[in-house]
Amino acid sequence: MNENLFNYILQQADNCLILGQRLGEWCGHGPVLEQDIAMTNIALDLIGQSRMLYQYAAEVQDEGKSEDDLAYLRDAWDFKNVLLVEQTNGDFAKTILRQFLFDSFNCPFYEKLKDSNDERLAAIAEKSHKEALYHLKWSSDWVLRLGDGTEESHERIQNALEELWSYSEEIVNPSEADDDAKEKGYGVDLDAIKSERTDKIKEVLEEATLAVPEGTYNHSGGKEGKHTEYLGYILADLQFLQRAYPGNEW
Amino acid sequence: MVIDQDHISQLLEEVTDPEIPVISIRDLGILRDIKIENDQIEIVITPTYSGCPAMLEIEKNINNTLKKNGIENFKIATVLSPAWTTDWMSEEGKQKLKDYGIAPPNPTGESDIQCPNCGSYNTILVSQFGSTACKSLFKCEDCLEPFDYFKCH
Ligand SMILES: [Zn+2]
Repeated sequence: MNENLFNYILQQADNCLILGQRLGEWCGHGPVLEQDIAMTNIALDLIGQSRMLYQYAAEVQDEGKSEDDLAYLRDAWDFKNVLLVEQTNGDFAKTILRQFLFDSFNCPFYEKLKDSNDERLAAIAEKSHKEALYHLKWSSDWVLRLGDGTEESHERIQNALEELWSYSEEIVNPSEADDDAKEKGYGVDLDAIKSERTDKIKEVLEEATLAVPEGTYNHSGGKEGKHTEYLGYILADLQFLQRAYPGNEW
Repeated sequence: MVIDQDHISQLLEEVTDPEIPVISIRDLGILRDIKIENDQIEIVITPTYSGCPAMLEIEKNINNTLKKNGIENFKIATVLSPAWTTDWMSEEGKQKLKDYGIAPPNPTGESDIQCPNCGSYNTILVSQFGSTACKSLFKCEDCLEPFDYFKCH
């Protein structure tokens, strides 16, 4: 098995699955019906993207396993998602800001992955990029609206920014798999995404009248399977049925 | 009976989107190709959105429709590239959507969406996301009816 390729696919698949699961927690709890639907729609797109990636990862793994094995039967330390996506939903402002920090990566990531020399990854990227663009539009609109909104909405999203800022960079810092992917041409150059993304974030935050936090500390470890305590709880929810009733189908 | 592309294509006219049952998978652009080689048939489809829950249902319906008509030698292949776009929707499909009460994709943007109820262009976007991944929610400022708009994608 090509371990780097496998891990590379899992990094993105896990990001999409875990963030999709987090957004799904809002189902029936959104601040207004339209935004409740928006969050679950985005969740659906992300879980769809993770499925395409897991299907491919299972083929690369070549152990006769399926997408379901990868989603439902791995333990927390096998998950490669960044710490950002497993952070709690908090209030609507925190969910929006987490989404924005992710979308501002996801969009240029897929855009560049379309040029992958791996046909399968290029096709998945082509499909997913259109969806990611739409998500980014939604989340950046909301960062603006909350930041440049009422005193309370401004305060809430500024607090969210302070809380999540140290989780922002991990996604553009290369892991071993990222380095291999860039070198062999099946993945993207994270440095190129980093600068594009930083510009986008700055632009939106500025327009939203939000102050970029001063701290420069960055959490990391997700890509290597070192997670915050939250991931275990997410997986307990997500994987319960398959753990309790192995092989059960709808 | 000759099993050719036209014949299969006609049979598949009855396979519709489970969420918008007036529009066939050909009208929607989900049905990409029908390949026939040495009696082996391949039906090529592509998903609208990557998380579209209708895809499984659509595959099942293709399967049932062909078997019901005595066709057994076929397989269904899903392709991702080129990625599905609303540009592939047929004119007939757009008309059917409209008749059903859904504003069809409008290539010139979202500022001039026509209300499928009264025909007015005095409409506003209520929500970027609607009842399914492929739609957003609009409201007509003249007849005041809310309506679904099938997004350009
Ligand atoms: Zn009207």
